[in-house]
Amino acid sequence: MLHGFLPSLLEGAAVTLSLALAALAVAILLGLAGAMAKLSSWRWARGLALIYTTLIRGVPDLLLMLLIFYGGQVGLNALALSVGHEDYIDINPYAAGVLTIGFIFGAYLTEAFRGAFLALPPGQAEAGLALGMSPRQIAWRITWPQMFRHALPGLANNWLVLIKSTAIVSVIGLSDLMTRGQQAAGTTREPFVFYLAVALIYLGFTSVSELIFAQLQKRLSTGVSQGRL
Amino acid sequence: MSFDIVVDNIALYLDGALTTLALLLISLLLGLALAIPLALLRSLQGSWISRLIWVYTYIFRGTPMLVQLFLIYYGLAQFEAVRESIFWQLLSSAWFCVCLSFTLNTCAYTTEIIAGSIRALPAGEIEAAQAIGMSRSVMFRRIVLPSALRRALPAYSNEAIFMLHGTALASIVTILDLTGAARQVNATHYIPFEAFITAALFYFLLTLILVGLFHKAEARWLKPLLPR
Repeated sequence: MLHGFLPSLLEGAAVTLSLALAALAVAILLGLAGAMAKLSSWRWARGLALIYTTLIRGVPDLLLMLLIFYGGQVGLNALALSVGHEDYIDINPYAAGVLTIGFIFGAYLTEAFRGAFLALPPGQAEAGLALGMSPRQIAWRITWPQMFRHALPGLANNWLVLIKSTAIVSVIGLSDLMTRGQQAAGTTREPFVFYLAVALIYLGFTSVSELIFAQLQKRLSTGVSQGRL
Repeated sequence: MSFDIVVDNIALYLDGALTTLALLLISLLLGLALAIPLALLRSLQGSWISRLIWVYTYIFRGTPMLVQLFLIYYGLAQFEAVRESIFWQLLSSAWFCVCLSFTLNTCAYTTEIIAGSIRALPAGEIEAAQAIGMSRSVMFRRIVLPSALRRALPAYSNEAIFMLHGTALASIVTILDLTGAARQVNATHYIPFEAFITAALFYFLLTLILVGLFHKAEARWLKPLLPR
């Protein structure tokens, strides 16, 4: 039915999934850093985080990707030339994709994590302090594990948006699921069949993700009583 | 960095901004108009029509908008029946396909947003309407929709901003919107920083305007409903 293009589509799907997971890791790190900065008492850290989240959330992801990929290429080569490196450097589209998408969703996760930190009653950290725990112990044993329960719904939503927005990396020439679909559609002249197959694979990713997040939510909410209407 | 070339091409950017705005307005308005009746039907819990609408929103919310656009623009052309039908004139135009796929996409999200706020309506409002003997259609028109649409404003403002950013995908199928203008300037003059940063500034401005408008709308329609 797929004229032997199924393995190629699945390879593309693996690229898409690994790109999305790597971007998620970058986004979580940036999001945590951003949330800490927004909640810190240093004014310049708060200002920097505010600029980061405002600017990134005001510009389309496709445009940011083009800016980082093409602009980064020019910038990097100018920089390399100025230190005496004369070979032309090509930016790897996979790295550009991971960095751009991670950078974008880091801004969204900053807000999710900030909200989650604020949702914790201050008594939790104070109790740790009263027991003589160090700040690191308080973060590691008390605030962070509880913060993740509050952050999970936001994290889940952002992951679903993130994995769908990986489709745009096909524009900068990465051989992801979307690109493989385009190639197969062009070769076989059956675009509907292949774009439908691509859509179904994405739908599979998002459906499985939703199931996993529902399970995780259940697990992290163990021992939390829920109000009923 | 020099912005001389950008200044020379500023007309291209302004045209692109108009195109982006047109795409945004067309898809948001049509999507909202379709989403309101769909949301009402979607909130009839347990009915087959509600489940059918859920299947539509689930598929459109679970796949990338780029794939939806490609399915409509490139995919439908695979079938001879489509190519020979009276709709081919429309379906072979990038503009129409972009508007169609954007509308279907935002309609799916908007339907779930409004249906969610109908579900979250305070039970007392509906009971009050029933208690004074309102018919179902009057209740929907006077009580359910005005209240649900106001409460949906914060979530809908996010959707509108996502849609503004989503319109950038139109540049992939050759439409000269803001992103398309930037790509053309970069392709002709090879100045990626200047070309894309200019477009980013335009988008940022549009986002700010959109946020401001929704703030105004919330202050006017949503604030009076909230507890003080």
